[in-house]
Amino acid sequence: MSTSNISRRKFLKAAGLSGTALFVGMYFSSNAGEATLANVETAENSDIELNAWVHVDTNGKVTIFSHRAEMGQGVYQSVPQIVAEELGVELKDINIRFAQGDRQKYGNQVTGGSSTIRTSYKNLLRLGATAREMLIAAAAAKWNVPVTECTAESGHVIHRPSGKKYHYGEVVEAASKLEAPKDIVLKKRTDYKLIGKSLKRQDTPLKTNGAAVFGLDKKLPGMLYAVVERNPRLRGKLQSFDDSAALRVPGVKKVFKIQTGVFQTFRDGVAVVADNTWAAIQGRKALKIEWDDSGFEHVNTPAIYQQQKDLLNSQEGLSARKQGDADQALASAAQKLDVIYETPYQSHSAMEPLNCVAFYQPDKLEIWGPIQAPEWVQDYICAQFKLPKEKVIINMTFLGGGFGRKAFMDYPHEACLISKETGTPVQVVWTREDDMTQGPYRAGISYRCQGAISDGQLSALKFRMAGQNIGHWQGAPKTQPNRSTTESFLAPYYKSIKHISFADVPFETPIPNVWWRSVYASTNGFAYESFINEMAHLAGEDPLSFRRLYLQDDRCQKLIDKMEEVSGWKTKKKGDGFGVAITECFGTTVGQIVRVSRPAGGKVSIDKVWAVVDCGWYVNPDIIHAQVEGSILMALGAATIHQITFKDGLVEQRNFYDYLMPRIHDMPKVEVTVMDNEENAGGVGEPGLPPFAPALTEAIFDLTGKRIRKLPFDMKTI
Amino acid sequence: MTTITINGNQQQIDADPNMPLLWVIRDLLGLTGTKYGCGVAQCGACVVHLNGDAVRSCVTRLSRAEGQQIVTIEGLSKNNDHPVQLAWNEESVPQCGYCHSGQIMSAAVLLRENSNPSDADIDAAMAGNICRCGTYQRIRKAIRLAAELQRKEGTNK
Repeated sequence: MSTSNISRRKFLKAAGLSGTALFVGMYFSSNAGEATLANVETAENSDIELNAWVHVDTNGKVTIFSHRAEMGQGVYQSVPQIVAEELGVELKDINIRFAQGDRQKYGNQVTGGSSTIRTSYKNLLRLGATAREMLIAAAAAKWNVPVTECTAESGHVIHRPSGKKYHYGEVVEAASKLEAPKDIVLKKRTDYKLIGKSLKRQDTPLKTNGAAVFGLDKKLPGMLYAVVERNPRLRGKLQSFDDSAALRVPGVKKVFKIQTGVFQTFRDGVAVVADNTWAAIQGRKALKIEWDDSGFEHVNTPAIYQQQKDLLNSQEGLSARKQGDADQALASAAQKLDVIYETPYQSHSAMEPLNCVAFYQPDKLEIWGPIQAPEWVQDYICAQFKLPKEKVIINMTFLGGGFGRKAFMDYPHEACLISKETGTPVQVVWTREDDMTQGPYRAGISYRCQGAISDGQLSALKFRMAGQNIGHWQGAPKTQPNRSTTESFLAPYYKSIKHISFADVPFETPIPNVWWRSVYASTNGFAYESFINEMAHLAGEDPLSFRRLYLQDDRCQKLIDKMEEVSGWKTKKKGDGFGVAITECFGTTVGQIVRVSRPAGGKVSIDKVWAVVDCGWYVNPDIIHAQVEGSILMALGAATIHQITFKDGLVEQRNFYDYLMPRIHDMPKVEVTVMDNEENAGGVGEPGLPPFAPALTEAIFDLTGKRIRKLPFDMKTI
Repeated sequence: MTTITINGNQQQIDADPNMPLLWVIRDLLGLTGTKYGCGVAQCGACVVHLNGDAVRSCVTRLSRAEGQQIVTIEGLSKNNDHPVQLAWNEESVPQCGYCHSGQIMSAAVLLRENSNPSDADIDAAMAGNICRCGTYQRIRKAIRLAAELQRKEGTNK
């Protein structure tokens, strides 16, 4: 398709959408037979700025763009489901396409922090409604009738009195010449036909017949395949390499040194390029490399935790949040507790290992890959290769899992470096071992938790964390505390507990780390909510009733009501082990209750998990259920099955035979309930993870009296 | 030159006979539905059918497939309508979707061998397939539904 036979006009630039870079755009074809207008590649070549979620062609075919990365969390469904609601189209009638990375067109596209819906739903509703009103106005003008007599439905404008109708394609050109209306009336929630319904995901059929194109599936004519032998220790240098045997492997084309950016550092590696992945892997095995590891601290896991413990026992750290005087309250309290919790390093281990396709050409550098943060990749690549933004094109594919790791720039950088050297399109493929041994990882963090009960009341909480700060890798000042020290802790506690102190005790190692699903809440939540359970027992209270006392806002009370109702907490029987935890993460509060039991002579096992989710306004309940089911399984793995450990600066786990994954027989029964209210939308992809581990360990305590303060632990040994 | 039949088409493959089928299928034949996940027969993302058996293509050499019948996810059905595929759609199983080619290929063999699997049968047959998104609860449900669909299909024939 050439650009010359297509004319596109931006009909609306809705500047009234406050404070964001959101725009509505509609584009139409002058050629009625040309129904593939939503081709961003050719649009990119046109001289018209493309600021669009919505395209309509003259046949009436509507295309809605999803501007965020689809990594399983469902934005490929939920973004179009929102726009389609106000636009007045059925999901089955539309095309859904991934947008390219471009913050001028789409605003923030960084898919992390469970942010897509909660940060953009109001604007997505408005832009759908704005487009609808303009299509209605154009049709009314054509019929010469008042707009108030017209409605929009299923891709048509209907004149109610006469029953006449136009499909959107028949009025899109006229609509394109209208001014955007300023006063848009959004639908009432009770009138929604799509939002709030468990409509089936439009990407499911693509994922049951092999049609979905993930990063690893991207193929270009003439594309070569590359693997990279990287120094297994960060900051180690390449001393020398012998590629003679590698070059004799059939299919191997080229071998050369590369230096890939990892935050502010560079990682030395040797790239092996071949005409298929396997040949590249064979060539890599034949390399002989001498590394210089003198620049790397030879880290060991036991030393990490010993050092964290020593720091927590000797330093107050940087105050992150403080009210009252926790030290004073602890000094004078009749009952108190002082304990340390430990959480492990973890690998993201998305099922799709890291990979990226790049094609470095004289006039542009184009990238295709499983990318969570297209604009960060664009910024980074522009800086590394000294290219202007318009020459660096980022295409997002489906992601085979992301969990935070695919918001990082090292693997696209590698693909670009290699393509520049070969002059061809190249796909760099990380083996599972590369993916697991190179990091960055979720940091393992230790917590010192102190609390006081005075006159039967929880009077003071003092929390200190010692663990790596992701922010430091990105230049955050080391004199300031980790901004996420309080993450997961519920805001209403501040109102009911007089003395609270959070501090970050700085701790550093050279192990690179990065966000992992639910980020700090994934470790904070275990420490803080386990400790709330411990304080409940110290006060002689039931842990759920205890929370009711200290979480006195309406939403928390209703959440607790629902947790009691669904789980049968109040009617628990002897021999049942019940545990509870409630955490906040990215604007959403999730409470979980875990029930464990142990048959006579058997092992402790999980009978059931009840999760109650308060995420405010929501789009698709089934996606929420799925995300929480998955978050619980991921939390189960991180709490009871796997961890990353270091010996002499090297990661000890290499593949799924020593970083074991939860399998189908490990999946507990999970029942998810979503609260209904009129509050603002919160996140969905991550908040289901943090409460699981503390609820599970509390259930084990309830059953056995054994308190677990260190993750991971082995269920079989309880 | 190695001759294999893949999804009903005979193919002549000019490659090292030691090359794992996974890379033959993905890089040489361009059928990308079969996924690379671990390379060491741990995760099941690469499961294909070799003469009807579920095998991990990442550790199955091309030479072993000489003259044999291979079916990949693309060849499981013409219209995404194998009972397992229908059930996967009905129960909205996939999240990221990456592992599900392998999950579906494993489940299809289970159902051929056992038309009415119990939960324990399902867990045993599917234990070799990792899903990092945690869709296992839905996989169990979908396999039970697929078994039902398969029985109905059988009745209709």
